[in-house]
Amino acid sequence: MIPELGHFALAVALAISLLAAVVPMIGAQRGNVLWMSLARPAARAQLVFTALAFAALAHGFVTNDFSVAYVANNSNSALPLAFRISALWGAHEGSLLLWVLLLSAWSCAVSFACRGLPLAFVARVLAVMAIVSVGFLLFMLVTSNPFLRQLPPPLDGADLNPLLQDFGLVIHPPMLYTGYVGFSVAFSFAVAGLIGGHLDSAWARWARPWTLLAWCFLTLGIALGSWWAYTELGWGGWWFWDPVENAAFMPWLVGTALVHALAVAGQRARMLAWAALLAILCFSLSLLGTFLVRSGVLSSVHAFAIDPRRGVFILALLALVIGGSLALFALRAPRLASAAPLRLLSREGLLLLNNVLLLVAMGSVLLGTLYPLLMDVLGLGRISVGAPYFDAVFAPLMIPLLLLLGIGPFLRWQASAPPGLWRRLAPAAVASAALAMVLPWAWGAWQPMVALGLGLALWPALSVLTQVADRARGGLSTLRRQPLAWWGMNLAHLGVAVFVAGVTLVRTQQVEIERRMAPGDAIEIGGRTLRFVGVAREPGPNYEAERGRFVILHGGRAEAELRPEKRRYASMPGTPMTEAAIASGLAGDLYVALGDPLTDGAWTVRAYHKPFVTWIWGGCALMALGGLCAAVRYRRDRV
Amino acid sequence: MTPRRKRTLIIALCVLGVGFAVALILTAFNQNLMYFYSPSEVAGGKAPGNRPFRLGGMVIKGSVERGNAADLTVRFKVTDFAQERAIAYRGILPDLFREGQGIVAIGTLDAQGVFVASEVLAKHDENYMPPEVAQALKDGQATKMAQP
Repeated sequence: MIPELGHFALAVALAISLLAAVVPMIGAQRGNVLWMSLARPAARAQLVFTALAFAALAHGFVTNDFSVAYVANNSNSALPLAFRISALWGAHEGSLLLWVLLLSAWSCAVSFACRGLPLAFVARVLAVMAIVSVGFLLFMLVTSNPFLRQLPPPLDGADLNPLLQDFGLVIHPPMLYTGYVGFSVAFSFAVAGLIGGHLDSAWARWARPWTLLAWCFLTLGIALGSWWAYTELGWGGWWFWDPVENAAFMPWLVGTALVHALAVAGQRARMLAWAALLAILCFSLSLLGTFLVRSGVLSSVHAFAIDPRRGVFILALLALVIGGSLALFALRAPRLASAAPLRLLSREGLLLLNNVLLLVAMGSVLLGTLYPLLMDVLGLGRISVGAPYFDAVFAPLMIPLLLLLGIGPFLRWQASAPPGLWRRLAPAAVASAALAMVLPWAWGAWQPMVALGLGLALWPALSVLTQVADRARGGLSTLRRQPLAWWGMNLAHLGVAVFVAGVTLVRTQQVEIERRMAPGDAIEIGGRTLRFVGVAREPGPNYEAERGRFVILHGGRAEAELRPEKRRYASMPGTPMTEAAIASGLAGDLYVALGDPLTDGAWTVRAYHKPFVTWIWGGCALMALGGLCAAVRYRRDRV
Repeated sequence: MTPRRKRTLIIALCVLGVGFAVALILTAFNQNLMYFYSPSEVAGGKAPGNRPFRLGGMVIKGSVERGNAADLTVRFKVTDFAQERAIAYRGILPDLFREGQGIVAIGTLDAQGVFVASEVLAKHDENYMPPEVAQALKDGQATKMAQP
């Protein structure tokens, strides 16, 4: 009964969103206040019904209702409750329901928050978001219904893919989707502004906190996905330039550009059309990412959907939304006022350069991701673009960006560089160059790459410190009076510096040892001794594990124990899953995974020392925190 | 410097920058394109002799030999039901590697015609076969059936 109610709720949500897409839009065109005022309640009603559908599916998972095909395919009575709930978004249909729920939630939030805006504009914004909802709800009801029944129901479910039974999975998709979907707000603002033929700096100021919030979530979502791959896949890698990773990274790059462009547009009323275009591009990439993941065109860790009908539907949706919005932009943008040309060495100029660099980076990632697909579709052969391409192209583009990062915040709006600029920056510049040369040499790890990476990490960090020191010169009270947005900017930039430092050090200094170890054997790694004690059997809730014991010794004294496992899940008895054991710290990780059992109780063992790898995720967390600070206390009235 | 000359300078710098970026991208692209070949294509001499490429097929049952346990070498054979090819790999094989399963390996052919793999990919669940391998297996079977 409940799954059918859920199905019905989805159908009602579709009807409401159809109404919300059409009526307020026409009302805004005609100036009909009654029709326009339908937008807000419709958005809220849509959330109610989507939430009901979500709850119905969750109920199916919690009560182990295996008559629902989706529950039967992704859950199991022995699966722990937390994973049963997260299994809801573990495969195609459920993750689409999550997408739609989040879209409804963002629409509802916009309907509550936009009180100061003109009704026609709000009506249009909510109508555009409703159009996207219609597309996805239709897609779900026609091709990907999560409430399909399977009769007779199986005795027990097929279980969630063991790779997904991890804490990271519980929060990675919701975070990621919140980010993806959140960019639809900026998109809707842009399209609504273009339809109305009116874009001004107020539009940019209203759009910015929403975009920042979405960007925060996307940053966290990507970082969580990377951390999950690192802990779950057992090979110690944290970024593979996998097409699905790229599908999330591209909107992030454009989102970063958008956040910076909106800063210019909001404060200086320039680059407005450019910001609108970026908003359209950003959400288009989110939709493209959805297509890449959902249509099964790629063979990667995430390929769940294997039905070509779905691919065609999404492609059509993509063409309509992206094509339509770009056409609208081409028609309406020339009408928008163009400002006087920018000075290069001003804050706007550098932000424009920031945008250009980020877009070129996105373009190169897009090329590498789509080219194999294109070749396959045209029948020109099956190729793949390896990770070295992305590394070779992305890293050099980031060098000028990181250099600009240190300079930008010191420049004034619309004015060229103040005379004392180089004097103010010199200490930070000299210090970063000097430390970058000296530190690696002092640690005995001198390589040009390490020096370059450290230099590029130190420069933004020291620039942030210089800024704080400058403000602090007026006393602690001056420092405290700085707006939260300023702190946010510096935190985020500091996060970038920490991230770059982490990546440089892990990539150049990591050590990998693969060896046969018998009980009692020990290896030296990362300044520690790792001794293998043995392997014992351990039963789990829905698996059988062989758990190894390793002792970490430092100076002859036992510091900690690592217990990596090899699990055989009841649902996949022929395939063992590796659970790596990680001893994490600020200075790095010691990572151990079991390989294959050999004779006499010996095992092949993989051990890694990954220095400063935690800085990668720490840097991302700082970036997200900075973005949150800037979003929360954004002063819309500031000129 | 007059404003006009300044603008020309900026435009020239931009063009240079974009040109550099494009050249960088295209070079890196060309050097890192990796083609996929099935065992039949390798047997037919279509695979490059000195560049890494991807080889995929089904692991033949009973063909996995582990060498001297201390140095983690392992040898096995893959087939597309028409031709087979020996692969040598040094390291720990991924969990999803099994006899009778489809895999994709990245590496180069050595002088003896053995494919020396630097990476063996099996990043999918046990019931899923990479599309390229499935296609290669289908082509292989078609070739076999076409032969009288």
